[in-house]
Amino acid sequence: MSPNTRRVLSVLGILAVLVAVWEGYKWMGTATGGVWPGTGVELPVRTNERSMPHTWDVVIALLRPARRGGDMLLLVLLKAALFTWRSALLGFVLGSAVGFGLGVLFVRSALAERGLMPHVVASQTVPILAIAPILVVWAGRLNVTRWLVVAVVSAYLAFFPVAINTLRGLRSPDATASELMRSYAATPNQVLWKLQVPAALPYLFPALKIAATASIIGAIVGELPASMPDGLGRAILNFAAAFSAAPAKLFASILVASLVGIGFVGVVVLAERMLIPPSRRLEDLEAAGPRGRDLKEVVA
Amino acid sequence: MSALSLSGVGKVFNPGSDQEVRAVHGIDLEVGRGEFVSVIGPSGCGKSTLLRLIGDLTPPSAGTVSVNGKTPARARLDRDYGMVFQSATLLDWRKVAANVELPLEIMGMGEAERSRQAAAMLDLVQLGRFAGHYPWQLSGGMQQRVAIARALAFKPSILLMDEPFGALDEMTRERMQAELLRIRAETGTTVVFVTHSIPEAVFLSTRVVIMSSRPGTITEVVDIDLPEPRSYETREDRRFFDLLTKVREGLRAVEAS
Repeated sequence: MSPNTRRVLSVLGILAVLVAVWEGYKWMGTATGGVWPGTGVELPVRTNERSMPHTWDVVIALLRPARRGGDMLLLVLLKAALFTWRSALLGFVLGSAVGFGLGVLFVRSALAERGLMPHVVASQTVPILAIAPILVVWAGRLNVTRWLVVAVVSAYLAFFPVAINTLRGLRSPDATASELMRSYAATPNQVLWKLQVPAALPYLFPALKIAATASIIGAIVGELPASMPDGLGRAILNFAAAFSAAPAKLFASILVASLVGIGFVGVVVLAERMLIPPSRRLEDLEAAGPRGRDLKEVVA
Repeated sequence: MSALSLSGVGKVFNPGSDQEVRAVHGIDLEVGRGEFVSVIGPSGCGKSTLLRLIGDLTPPSAGTVSVNGKTPARARLDRDYGMVFQSATLLDWRKVAANVELPLEIMGMGEAERSRQAAAMLDLVQLGRFAGHYPWQLSGGMQQRVAIARALAFKPSILLMDEPFGALDEMTRERMQAELLRIRAETGTTVVFVTHSIPEAVFLSTRVVIMSSRPGTITEVVDIDLPEPRSYETREDRRFFDLLTKVREGLRAVEAS
């Protein structure tokens, strides 16, 4: 069995287990009348249709019209997801660029790092829910299109992991490598592009994966104060309000939102595979180790 | 004009603080063109610091260093140095040939000339057929040979080597020493070589400089008048053993003092 087949099977296997746990819990609760078997202790989550729809009901809800006579829910959600993803993509690109720039600035200037780093860290402790409306109001005065504002909110979450890991990666070459560059009389820019940036790539990609998911969260949250009617944010809010009437729809939108996130991360993973050979991928180092040794023996 | 001229050179780290270290002190040394000078001494005697002072990786606290009649900084900017360290420090995202090309890229050499030069250097260290491999596909000894090819790529007049064979096993080490002598004979490069190993210093050098520690200073210079070219037979020469003894006694005198 190839590693890829095994990976797909394990993902499907775990999905099957999760569905089984969900349905098993629901079945048990229905059978015992909402208590742990043999006791009078109530279950933490009620198992009726209003709290926990059947997994298949969620799938069925996706295939039914969202409202009477309207489009299929899946289609509505995908449209909303595409709309949100546009902001998220721009936010991701913007945030990654800013994060990378900050990493370069910090590695160049200890003063900038000392002065700015506390603010960079503090920026992430401020709830995005508080930042988003402020940005929306400010941008409203500037007459900027709303989805661009949402992109900025999304960038606000995305830049942080990229800045931190870029800095770490740029610092990863050891002192000897820097001294070699010095002995070649390399300029600071040559050191950056020929030594530090290539050395930082394996550190950059894990950060980009985090940034990809963070940018989606940022975009969804950013849409709420911007009162954007077309995105996932509004859809989720609407279905949350109608949860007790139609719980499957909220679960369905969660499903679609997470699929968008997974898809986005997938694109980053694909880029990583194209740009970085297996021996240099940080999380694959374990897998590459023995392979590297085998090759070495073949060569010797 | 000698290749290297040091007079009264000293280096103090963290001067004035309670972590002050007098690494080297009062070093006078002349190295002629094409000479192979090894520096040997106990750990912490400042051998590496001496090499770093010559290579402009750290500035001296006292005295003057002159390289081809220039300041070390000027010599570095003129790319008079090639450096090899104990670890090969190859860039693992570059193939072997691209690693050798790195210094040439930095000096702005055109692509065609660069790859021709890199190929010639890899032939020199007899790794021509590994040009397309990645560093991690090579053994430690091969990686170190790539590092030597890289250091020689822009034809520096002086090669500074800091225990370059320190991490290799004895057999590989002896083979590398023979290689180094052959390369030096072909290129005429001046070499300053820091080592812990007495046989290595004697086998390779035209002169061996013995240093004492705290403060690191030169206590003795032994001329190595072994016949050239040196080979595996040299190691069984009577004269080779006499010189080993001489250097060993020089080092023992240092440790006793």
